[in-house]
Amino acid sequence: MRARLLVFLAAAFTALTATAQALNDIEFEGRLKRLEAELRCLVCQNQTLADSNAPLAEDLRREVRALATSGKSDAEIKQYLVARYGDFVLYKPPLQRNTWLLWIGPFGLLLGGGIVWCAILRRRNGAAVEDDEEASGASPEDAVTRARQAIYEEP
Amino acid sequence: MKSWRLILPLAVFAVLLVFLWVGLSLDPREVPSPLIGKPAPPFALSTLHEPAKTLTSDDMKGQVWLLNVWASWCVSCRTEHPLLMRLASADVVPVVGLDYKDKPEDGRAWLAQNGNPYRVSIVDQDGRVGIDFGVYGVPETFVVDKQGVIRFKQIGPVTAEALDQKILPLVRELQKS
Repeated sequence: MRARLLVFLAAAFTALTATAQALNDIEFEGRLKRLEAELRCLVCQNQTLADSNAPLAEDLRREVRALATSGKSDAEIKQYLVARYGDFVLYKPPLQRNTWLLWIGPFGLLLGGGIVWCAILRRRNGAAVEDDEEASGASPEDAVTRARQAIYEEP
Repeated sequence: MKSWRLILPLAVFAVLLVFLWVGLSLDPREVPSPLIGKPAPPFALSTLHEPAKTLTSDDMKGQVWLLNVWASWCVSCRTEHPLLMRLASADVVPVVGLDYKDKPEDGRAWLAQNGNPYRVSIVDQDGRVGIDFGVYGVPETFVVDKQGVIRFKQIGPVTAEALDQKILPLVRELQKS
């Protein structure tokens, strides 16, 4: 009876560790996939490392896997590639001195556009108010009469 | 006020035109290497013709040299090959060949057929040293100075223009220092 219990426990333990290992593997593969999707393949420049079939992409995936297996963090792996290929390998460029225009530029353009838009609107409103003031000099009936004359009566 | 409003769109258009014009002459395939101004990555690879011998990065210290990344499967290496042959016969600067992701026997056959411009060629079969050098398109050529620092990188085939206007003047200058 006790022997049977031991066998059962041993089997359960093995199954559990195997499951934990499999879960770890899934997590690891997921991490690699995420990381590869953030890195650019330098041969076909509009593809990520994950999508590209280029031989260099294969090699770089192999390097990324080896680095991840050896316990390097995502940031360290990215740093490894940036040191060799430059910031270009990162699909999301870092915010630094030579990229601030890239990051801030669109918002600057939006702001500038907004300012111009506001200025135009304000000027147009001002003009409309002036028109109203001009028009208020004459009574509405006069305006209607004038319109009638313009439409129906020969000059 | 009126003239300012007329000129502004024209000015914006002119700026755009300048950007587009500059953009035309940029090659998006040329990614600037972060390795320029940095020490060449260390390597120890066996030579193509004598696989028992290895060449290390330290062996090249004390002289200006070129590292030319090539392969027997590389088509555009054929366009720069005559230039490299001429450079070799002029004997201005030693050129080390990095036979990148190639079978050594294919590399040897290619050199036997087309001529060998290299002082020595080393074999990078799995492409690891290529990755360390940031190689992403063969051929590529690096200029390394006496201290082992990378000073220039030519991406794609060496052209007569690049050789005469950039590489050789730089080599002469580095050799003097």
